[in-house]
Amino acid sequence: MKPLLAACAMLAFAVSPAPTLAGPLASTFETRLANGLRVIVKEDRRAPTAVHMVWYRAGSMDEKDGTSGVAHALEHLMFKGTKNLRAGEFNKRVAEAGGRDNAFTSRDYTAYFQIVPRAALPQMMKLEADRMANLTLDAKEFAAEIKVVMEERRLRTDDNPHALVHEALNSVLFQAHPYRRPIIGWMDDLEHMSWQDARDWYQQWYAPNNAYVVVVGDVDHREVFRLAQKYYGPLKAHALPQRKPQNEPEQAGIRRVSVKAPAKLPYLAMAWKAPRLKDVHSDRDPYALDVLASVLDGHDASRFARNLVRGTRVAQSVGAGYDPTLRGEANFVVDGQPAEGKTIADLEAALRAEIKRIQDEGVSAEELARVKIQSIAAQIYKRDSLMAQAMEIGGVEAAGQSWRDIDTLLEKIKTVTSEEVQAVARKYFTDDTLSIAVLDPQPVDQSKPKKPSGAVRH
Amino acid sequence: MKQNKLNAPHPHPRPRAGLLVGSLRSNIVGRSLTRFTLTCLLASLTSTLAFAGVKIEHWIAPSGAKVYFVETRVLPILDVQIDFAAGTAFVPAAKSGLASLTQSLLETGAGDLDEEQIAGKLVDIGARLGGGVDNDRASISLRTLATKPEREAALELLRTVLSAPTFPPSALERERGRTIASIREAETRPDAIAGKRFAMAIYPDHPYGVVPTVDSVSAVTREDIAAFHRSHYGAKGAIVSIIGDVSRAEAEAIAQRLTEALPAGGGDLVPPPVKKPLRGTIKIAHPAAQSHVHIGLPAIRRSDADYFPLLVGNYSLGGGGFVSRLMKEVREKRGYAYSVYSYFAPRKLEGPFEIGLQTKREQVGEALKVVDQVLTEYMAKGPTPQELAAAKKNLADGLALRMDSNAKLLGYLSAIGFYGLPLTYLDDFPAKIKAVTAEQVKAAFARHVKAENLVTVIVAAD
Repeated sequence: MKPLLAACAMLAFAVSPAPTLAGPLASTFETRLANGLRVIVKEDRRAPTAVHMVWYRAGSMDEKDGTSGVAHALEHLMFKGTKNLRAGEFNKRVAEAGGRDNAFTSRDYTAYFQIVPRAALPQMMKLEADRMANLTLDAKEFAAEIKVVMEERRLRTDDNPHALVHEALNSVLFQAHPYRRPIIGWMDDLEHMSWQDARDWYQQWYAPNNAYVVVVGDVDHREVFRLAQKYYGPLKAHALPQRKPQNEPEQAGIRRVSVKAPAKLPYLAMAWKAPRLKDVHSDRDPYALDVLASVLDGHDASRFARNLVRGTRVAQSVGAGYDPTLRGEANFVVDGQPAEGKTIADLEAALRAEIKRIQDEGVSAEELARVKIQSIAAQIYKRDSLMAQAMEIGGVEAAGQSWRDIDTLLEKIKTVTSEEVQAVARKYFTDDTLSIAVLDPQPVDQSKPKKPSGAVRH
Repeated sequence: MKQNKLNAPHPHPRPRAGLLVGSLRSNIVGRSLTRFTLTCLLASLTSTLAFAGVKIEHWIAPSGAKVYFVETRVLPILDVQIDFAAGTAFVPAAKSGLASLTQSLLETGAGDLDEEQIAGKLVDIGARLGGGVDNDRASISLRTLATKPEREAALELLRTVLSAPTFPPSALERERGRTIASIREAETRPDAIAGKRFAMAIYPDHPYGVVPTVDSVSAVTREDIAAFHRSHYGAKGAIVSIIGDVSRAEAEAIAQRLTEALPAGGGDLVPPPVKKPLRGTIKIAHPAAQSHVHIGLPAIRRSDADYFPLLVGNYSLGGGGFVSRLMKEVREKRGYAYSVYSYFAPRKLEGPFEIGLQTKREQVGEALKVVDQVLTEYMAKGPTPQELAAAKKNLADGLALRMDSNAKLLGYLSAIGFYGLPLTYLDDFPAKIKAVTAEQVKAAFARHVKAENLVTVIVAAD
């Protein structure tokens, strides 16, 4: 037996031998309440804290044109009081418990979380259960909060040239699929949103049968299941709106869009249509594409950094990303800024050449080995963070897979071959399914600091 | 799996690896800003590190380096961080940028290894190098698997980059170019302009207020970097923080091994004294939709006895997120801003107090009035008994979750070491928080947040 964990010496539980490197299966448990709510608990007793999350399967992809942004606006309003709690009281209770809380909205889901000392977990469950059913929405609170959301949009998007580029890219990348709309919503939709839009959203989607709870931390899963029954158990399930597939028609031809905004460096983002993960066991392409993303931009020694930033120096920055675990349509994005003296065309040619090389030659055994090592190390490091573990479970579940698949996902990555990477590079990276967005930098004529000194004017 | 970067701007090809895995925010829109959360976290990071029972061991290595160590055996990982008094404050204004370039070039060549070999070796063992530079210090951190072959290889690499960097001219040329491009880009961004101008304005004629320019970065030579490394990366001033799956004896060997070959320079360096600025407002034109506002002044040293009253007091003013007065008055009641906050960032010398917000430019005057009323009222009366109790409860009870990971504890170890806080700081923390009175808060704010020194910077002002 190894010595006690010094950092957790205050824990009665630290007497256990060092756990093996088993994945989440080892200490994760799930139950389902009669109202359809699923509860997933991962016991991690290194420190006397817990993360409590509630995930709703309702994100911006479930919105309708004209009310874009309502999923996110409702997320804000969830802190504005219930039949039992005044506006602002939720945050106050969490803070008083020594905790912190927040929420976030994605295209696929809306999630709420509290990180608290473990003794506060029952109270957190009570609070979340309350606002799952008893939210009071009124015109006055809505009127103030929608202004906050508009400020958020100005901050995140309107004054952020790269965010504008991605908003434009999504809007051409998808024509039928709801991923074409920004999560935060179009400004015009926000300006015309009413409190009833938010109320309708809440009434349609917020129900135990459209939610799941994830708890990670210093807890006993049986006790959490008991508390879940107590607080969430009495809530009523109700029928959910029909979800239509809204599949994107096949793209036939390159799409280009450009955005003018104040900036110095141009910026380029290229997105190819790619498959999402549907069957964890029988799918192959998503794993191969994931490995491809890692070979291009998974670590400091990956191809993009080595060849484009340090080698030819065509790029100031460059990246690649692919997320197959989602509800909607997936895509593979590469993006970057040309180095000073280089052009968007130079960068695009260099990025294409990197992909072409993999189409022609595949990847090396050393590169595949590195992907595996990175993947294993990341999983071990992830165990140093309760929040990262909770996010991993919640994210996989949001995409329609199970937390039970997490180990399989990692194992599958390790089985990908060079031929498979080469094959997906050939199959998916064609101009017919490519969309390209560029930032056309505009001078900021008013931005010159008046005086270079630090003098203060009175 | 890797997150798609659709909503995540500025992918960085050589990320300074953060210690926590996973970016939660790509393709996600949250209720409050990550940056805001980080600001709060950082403000409290240098402070709140107490938990009864964490056993911090401390010794001086034969090399002269100060070592802080926590043994924790649950996860097979090891984290090491080395801090030097090699921050931006120790560089002449004409060479501003030198401190950051020195730190970032360490891993571009060392011993017999070029930067591709260094990057490749790290990747092959699953290790990550990280770190950063602020006004006071330069940090280099390593996270590695604690299994012996990986750990040994990672530590050997860290020793080499710290002790025998070669600063290859070609890497310098490239990184200088990239830094200059970043500076030019930042000159177009309202948030970056505001941050820079605020630092310049509250620290006139002081190294804390000097920011890199195209000229100053262009002036940095390889000789400057090598000399700065020799004079500021010495064992004598080094703080070595170690946490993870190793024994005390192993930690002793690690600390010595990492520092025995460091250059001779270093030691207890302190920048020149800070002078307080005069009250005033700086307005900078920019076409942005929102005005970016910073209000503040140089406030406290990390060693100041008013640290705890200000930490507790700021919670109620603007540090406590949604329960703070600024958030309630500016955001919740009026919808003027998405992000509004205040923080103290204590440093070796007087670090800043800052109130910040962004608001639609047409209403910046109204928002400023509200901020002014909130601050004036708070300065005059201090926190209410309810606010004070709530602040203490959150800060004291919340300690557990601010130190529930090796990564978080590592930050605390290095702060204790670098700022010379007592080893009992952890155990004392709850009592120190609970002992703070409303009168102390009021008096501390009166001493450190004087109206005659408050500077306001507004970018995108009409």
